Amino acid sequence: MRFFVRRIIFYAITLWAAITINFFIPRVMPGDPVQAAIAAGGGTISPDAIPALQALFGIDPTQSLWSQYVDYLQMLAHGDLGTSFTYIGSPVLDVIKQALPWTIGLVGIATIISFVIGTLIGSGIGWRRGTWADSLLPISTFFSAVPYFWLALIAIAIFSVALGWFPSSGSYDRNMVPNLSWDFIGSVIYYGTLPALTIVISSISGWILGMRNMMVTVSSEDYVTVAQAKGLSERKVLFGYAARNAILPQVSSFALSLGFIVGGTLIMEIVFSYQGIGFLLFNAVNAKDYPLMQGCFLVITIAVLAANILADFVYGALDPRTRQEG
Amino acid sequence: MSIDSEVLERDLDVAQEAAAPTSPRRKFLFMRNTKALTGLVILGFFTLMAIIGPWIAPYDPDARSKDVLQPPSWDHLFGTTHIGQDVFSQILVGTRGVMVVGFVAGIVATTIGVLIGVTAGYIGGFGDEGLSALSNVFLVIPQLPLIIIIAGQLPSAGGLTVALVIAATGWAWGARVLRAQTLSLRKRDFIEAARANGEKSWRIITAEILPNLTAIIAAGFVGTVGFAVLSQITLSFIGITSVSEWNWGTVLFWAQAQLALQQGAWWWFVPAGLCIALLGMSLTLINFGIDEFVNPRLRSTGLNARKLRKRQIRPRIGFTPVVHEAKEDRS
Repeated sequence: MRFFVRRIIFYAITLWAAITINFFIPRVMPGDPVQAAIAAGGGTISPDAIPALQALFGIDPTQSLWSQYVDYLQMLAHGDLGTSFTYIGSPVLDVIKQALPWTIGLVGIATIISFVIGTLIGSGIGWRRGTWADSLLPISTFFSAVPYFWLALIAIAIFSVALGWFPSSGSYDRNMVPNLSWDFIGSVIYYGTLPALTIVISSISGWILGMRNMMVTVSSEDYVTVAQAKGLSERKVLFGYAARNAILPQVSSFALSLGFIVGGTLIMEIVFSYQGIGFLLFNAVNAKDYPLMQGCFLVITIAVLAANILADFVYGALDPRTRQEG
Repeated sequence: MSIDSEVLERDLDVAQEAAAPTSPRRKFLFMRNTKALTGLVILGFFTLMAIIGPWIAPYDPDARSKDVLQPPSWDHLFGTTHIGQDVFSQILVGTRGVMVVGFVAGIVATTIGVLIGVTAGYIGGFGDEGLSALSNVFLVIPQLPLIIIIAGQLPSAGGLTVALVIAATGWAWGARVLRAQTLSLRKRDFIEAARANGEKSWRIITAEILPNLTAIIAAGFVGTVGFAVLSQITLSFIGITSVSEWNWGTVLFWAQAQLALQQGAWWWFVPAGLCIALLGMSLTLINFGIDEFVNPRLRSTGLNARKLRKRQIRPRIGFTPVVHEAKEDRS
């Protein structure tokens, strides 16, 4: 139990750090974000809004930094992320709420598919090292070096422009009204296939390589040799002895690389104009919509933290040693 | 029939070592690794381009011409853009931006990582708890969104600024690995001996610990350069940093903005992407080389698999390779 308590304390600290970074970034930046925002708004922001903006960015000279910080925390505690400039008048939280399910659906499912398939392939390659399977390694090295968004561009060029199999942008058929019918779900899947495929292809190689190297290390352990010597079937030794132990570092590196993957997939959304949180962040940055930008960052961080907690629980369930220590 | 492959591998190693001239050449063991060598050659090529690129570029990357949206030809090796700019020159000139940001970010981030990681591992106790919590926090916070919101709020985000922002967010991985390694080094006998001799802490760290961390520091540096290059190109691609400064991401930004995809202008975005992939691959290969250099288990599997196969031995799980029944009687 101590393991989980420690981890939860750690995540609480991380969350606090993210909030604090978010608070300080606009305050330490050179230049005046309020003026920049007004300039970017190009007259759409009324002069009346200036005091509200100043309060948001903490430019208000009558307040000390500390009281601004306390105010900011209070705002967050009430689920108030400020008001968006571009989606005039609507609270940032509502704008983000609409985008979040799309991202979690697309990125979540694609990442899990990629992890499962990559781990399976990796254990296969690690087990049969020195055979044709090793020739898969350079290919996966290539894919791990390519930026996600470039692969997305190529995928669009091939599958939607040249072949016309999949739509190049959007997340569902715009002629439909979002509802829970099979038609609509089918459309979502159809539009999501290409982005998901691109995420899987570009992130899978990391899992393959990690698992392969762990398999190589684990498979020369004594217990694997003993299992082999006992005459257990190949499959049993592979999955019951070698892969089972090799997967532990995979799970912990899953947690660690999540932030990186999420970063890459957000860019993917931009390329596909997929209405998730990455696309929202991109629009917010282009429109200099600071409250929305910061809200997006905070929500993305919280989502990654939640996924990390989940991975930790899985790790704890898989590895009894973590539970024993406490 | 089975042969103890450990012994066999050791024999092969011994044979190799005996063949190679002794001590001074051993330093270049790393260079004998084909993967690392390939990586270094590609990296060297791009570094050279970064230095001489702007001089050998056949055209001014900003200059317009009448050859609008031309496919590759001898005049324009990588074709032209919508206003007749030469894509080949843009990529040549842009190499410098990419490499400078990559190396600056790599050097700064590695320095921070070494300082924090080694200090945390060496001092232990509360200082260690604090510093490793700090690096774990930076590991968990998604870096690219953080870089995006920082760069997005800077009034003018040029190359060096971006490099520093990337370094400020990307040092944590190296610090974590270095801390773990320092922790295990600290308890070794030679460190204990140095301490018993009354050596000063900074001398133990610089003269005893750091040399033993060289490979890990190098791997961390190479990894960070790769990360920095990708981040910078991504930022340029989504147009957050200055789009008038040429780098490969800027080329892609214009290609995307001018609908190169829809017009079938593949030459506009394929070369830049391949350059990124090639550079990234060279860095990965160098890291493989370092990995195999540090972890002999990986080295022997990679290096000797072919040799074992030549002897008709199937490298299976570590100890018991299975010799095939001689299928063809060679006689």
